[in-house]
Amino acid sequence: MSEILTAPSPTITAPLTWSEGNLIETSRCPSGDLEKRWTRHKDNLRLVAPHNKRKLDIIVVGAGLAGASAAASLGELGYRVKVFVYHNSPRRAHSIAAQGGINAAKNYRNDGDSIWRLFYDTIKGGDFRARESNVYRLAEVSVKIIDHCVAQGIPFAREYGGYLDTRSFGGAQLMRTFYARGQTGQQLLLGAYNALQRQVAAGTVQVFYNYEVLDIVVEEGRAKGIIVRNLITGEIQRVAAHATVLATGGYGNAYFLSTNARLSNATATWRAHRRGAYFANPSFVQIHPTCIPQSGDYQSKLTLMSESLRNDGRVWVPRTPGDKRRPQGIPESERWYYLEEWYPSFGNLVPRDIASRAAKRVCDMGYGVGPTGRAVYLDFSDAIQRLGREVIYQRYGNLFEMYEEITGESPWETPMRIYPAVHYTMGGLWVDYNLMTNIEGLYAVGEANFSDHGANRLGASALMQGLADGYFILPYTIGDYLATQLFVKPSTDTTAFAQAEKETQQRIEKLLQTKGTRTVDELHRELGKILWDHCGLARNAKDLAEAYNAIKLLKERFWREVAVPGTGSEFNQNLEKALRVADFLELGELMIIDAYHREESCGCHLREEYQTEEGEALRDDKKFAYVAAWQWNGENQSPTLHQEPLQFEFVKPTVRSYK
Amino acid sequence: MATTTSPTKGAWLHTTVGRKVLMAATGLFLITFLVVHLAGNLLLLRNDGGAAFNAYAEFMSTNPLIRVLEIGLFAGFVVHIYQGLYFIFTERRARPKGYTLNQASANSNIFSRTMRLSAVVVLVFLVVHLRHFFVEHRLLGTPLTMYESCKIAFENPYYSAFYVLSMVLLAFHLAHGFYSGFQTLGLVLNKRIERLLKWGAAGFAFLVPLGFAIIPMYFLLSKYL
Amino acid sequence: MHFTLRVWRQKNAQDTGHFEIYDIDGVSPDASFLEMLDVLNEKLIKQGREPVAFDHDCREGICGSCGMFINGRAHGPLRNITTCRLYMRHFRDGETITIEPFRAKSFPVIKDLVVDRSALDKIVQAGGYISVNTGSSPDANSIPVPKPAADLAFTYAACIGCGACVAACKNASAMLFTAAKVAHFAMLPQGQPERRQRVKRMVAQMDKEGFGHCTNTGACAVECPAKIPLTAIAQLQRDFIWANLSPDPHAASSS
Repeated sequence: MSEILTAPSPTITAPLTWSEGNLIETSRCPSGDLEKRWTRHKDNLRLVAPHNKRKLDIIVVGAGLAGASAAASLGELGYRVKVFVYHNSPRRAHSIAAQGGINAAKNYRNDGDSIWRLFYDTIKGGDFRARESNVYRLAEVSVKIIDHCVAQGIPFAREYGGYLDTRSFGGAQLMRTFYARGQTGQQLLLGAYNALQRQVAAGTVQVFYNYEVLDIVVEEGRAKGIIVRNLITGEIQRVAAHATVLATGGYGNAYFLSTNARLSNATATWRAHRRGAYFANPSFVQIHPTCIPQSGDYQSKLTLMSESLRNDGRVWVPRTPGDKRRPQGIPESERWYYLEEWYPSFGNLVPRDIASRAAKRVCDMGYGVGPTGRAVYLDFSDAIQRLGREVIYQRYGNLFEMYEEITGESPWETPMRIYPAVHYTMGGLWVDYNLMTNIEGLYAVGEANFSDHGANRLGASALMQGLADGYFILPYTIGDYLATQLFVKPSTDTTAFAQAEKETQQRIEKLLQTKGTRTVDELHRELGKILWDHCGLARNAKDLAEAYNAIKLLKERFWREVAVPGTGSEFNQNLEKALRVADFLELGELMIIDAYHREESCGCHLREEYQTEEGEALRDDKKFAYVAAWQWNGENQSPTLHQEPLQFEFVKPTVRSYK
Repeated sequence: MATTTSPTKGAWLHTTVGRKVLMAATGLFLITFLVVHLAGNLLLLRNDGGAAFNAYAEFMSTNPLIRVLEIGLFAGFVVHIYQGLYFIFTERRARPKGYTLNQASANSNIFSRTMRLSAVVVLVFLVVHLRHFFVEHRLLGTPLTMYESCKIAFENPYYSAFYVLSMVLLAFHLAHGFYSGFQTLGLVLNKRIERLLKWGAAGFAFLVPLGFAIIPMYFLLSKYL
Repeated sequence: MHFTLRVWRQKNAQDTGHFEIYDIDGVSPDASFLEMLDVLNEKLIKQGREPVAFDHDCREGICGSCGMFINGRAHGPLRNITTCRLYMRHFRDGETITIEPFRAKSFPVIKDLVVDRSALDKIVQAGGYISVNTGSSPDANSIPVPKPAADLAFTYAACIGCGACVAACKNASAMLFTAAKVAHFAMLPQGQPERRQRVKRMVAQMDKEGFGHCTNTGACAVECPAKIPLTAIAQLQRDFIWANLSPDPHAASSS
């Protein structure tokens, strides 16, 4: 330990810089009528004949909603698909934990829903930082997702007549969210998993369990395959294919504490970035308003309480700061329903970024509750009185139980205490309209890409996007590229593969040789704290610059101090973790740069310098109506920023108001 | 689902589930036999010097319809015992290495976990019992009436003790087997039926072996008191 | 809180394995069981010793990754809960806690407390799905499903695939897992066309994977974190008997 204390003090202040690149003009977005774009685009895509599909190999990394649905659908089409998952079963991906629901513009409620409205809500919810074409397409295919999922036997909630039930979610004034109790993600994932297993049985798809992707192999701007590590034996292997699809989810775990599953990581996308793929809007991180507050240092993750709870729960704090009375004992007149007061038209169902920031604001003002003062109440007593226990149990029974298990308090008797936590990353690999990165033949789907949610994702839209990408978009668009690859024979016997394999081996060796004194988790917690404090709910230039330096230092310390026991040629969970954290450190740096460069507030990205007097985000559409796509320039080199201008032909970016 | 290979007819009975169905069907059939048997045995308690019981025994061993049913009963025993032995011998196959610490009592009742033990005891009892009554009377032939045979046997404290002990184990066997048989035939449609059956099983498992056990105790007590 | 941990250590599948004893102090009663193991591992790494390998991921009881045999019970002393949702306040201060991997022939140990549960996926591959290709589905509301049936289907579909049913069963049977899937689809109109084949194939695969037979002890349902009821097994039994005994109306056309 003494060694660490005498290490160079944090004086090396690296300047936070980047270089300006080009305007991206090749997003392949079609033009013309918004409603016809996707149809026309599909009609113009190249096709691959069935007998040729059988000769084409596709790698799919990850088997969450996007990965499993893509792999199953590609298998059904007849491609030869290889799926790699680091789990011990493809059914364990983190999509399984999504609780609330999935949006679809079905208008079964007759409440005036339409594709246009879902499109508009989504693009407005994202604070006008997403592509019109993509978002419209998402809304368009949303209806087919529900059809398909029902046909797969997914037990959605139904009404007594036997027809599908829906509920409302944040950022929408319609009831367009389909759900399966509080386990919608699980049911949808199992649907995709079942479809995948069917293809495994049919022989079109092979699933490789316990394999982690450690590098992407790129030759002459084309993706040629991946380098994987067999997590059981430690063996490093090369896999070649005609195309590679990354469905590896988001990078919320950079913050250490998040609602993400513990193994969720950014290694595949980050390695792709290092091989040339642009990383778009990395600082766009969704912080979910309704999570169970942290209770101790040993804590390994934060647990989300579904947004659907805000349908019936009312958020409040005592009107007197520091009021220590039991919440039940505080009379109505002394409760401050701040969301209902500030945002009367959406009330408790404002979008996540707004709700999270509001919670932070009231806590900063001293109104927070609980032992740490970093929590607000989510109260169901009104709803229980109005609807009865039975109805509330039907809707939220399992969530109430989960809350009680974790906190030891019953939401039936006392309001829940909630606080925001990192939940989802809107940023991700830059992809064009075909979901292809700027590396030919490398695709990113689901949360791994940046495509549809702009600067803030609406509730129940992640499931929609993952399945839209996997079931109904990628299976069409990937053919357009593969049609040009019919005569290519994938080979692992190339210098690029050899190089990537060697570099991977070296990285592993280096981690094992370091033999430091700090555990991976300790160092990861430090990174998490830097990001949460400076690149979390609110950001400013000064803090970001400091955070940038802090991460640089931490990164340097990581490679000196990390302790990874065991060897590389065995099942070694700490080595896996160390590899992931090493990449989070680099990604963290880019997140800071991105947050620093965007001198406006939009969606989740609140720069304290750019806000209204009431604390609302102040967008700067003149300067920042673009996607920031970052290019990697090498270790210790500042990245290059490529801007993809966002054109709004159909909606007018307005001040996003939920008042 | 891809194309089906159609297995030979009856192959399903060799699956674990098929074997279990056979076990359940024969088990429930044997339970009905138990009831009939008990009804007859209770005639031993009539204070008529065995007249009613002997008439009943005579009827059971000569009536052609009963003789046919007897073959079915015998087959039921054979299948039930064969499947039972199969499960006993393959018991450890699915878990060659057991747990060091296993608190099975926390998640299941003792009857369900001791089916093999109770089965073996009941089987031994069955052999002794058949030897004593069936073989003696129907195969070898004896001058004694059935009532007399019973009286001699039950007045023997060792035999009676063995008999009563076996009935206790039979109670164990029935306490789980009665419910389990219905569950295996898929007849436990909901929690209500499950509860009902479990109570029913408890009552049945208590009363029927008790009915059997009363008889030797009655003989023993009347001899010595 | 202070605990003595008796943990199964096994280097790999070939190793015979043994127990090791660890003392752990200062555990918060609000720490989850896995967080307690995290603390232990941090300590072991600092001492230059090999940390204990265990499966985990979501840590909120839904991914089905975690699973160990704690004090003689699958997922520990509480009923119907995953290991990750077990908190240290459920143990006595000073208690000795024995931790073993799930044991079954079909769940070979990979390392320490990590076992290979891919046999469960094979059962699903045998028929645990509805064969519908992407793109060929009718409107979602074209087939109404009675609410009670949909609710029951959900109850069965809630299985998280953790394998606790197998681990807890004295015969290492995978009946509850298999039955949950069969019963889920049996409830829905969409599940009917393949209903006969599904149950037959899944049962056959279950046997092929080396799982034991079911003796209706009900231990599985007591430990199942997803609270799959035993009626699932009754449903499988019914379907299995019916699929094998009643004449298949489509048999002629399919052969």
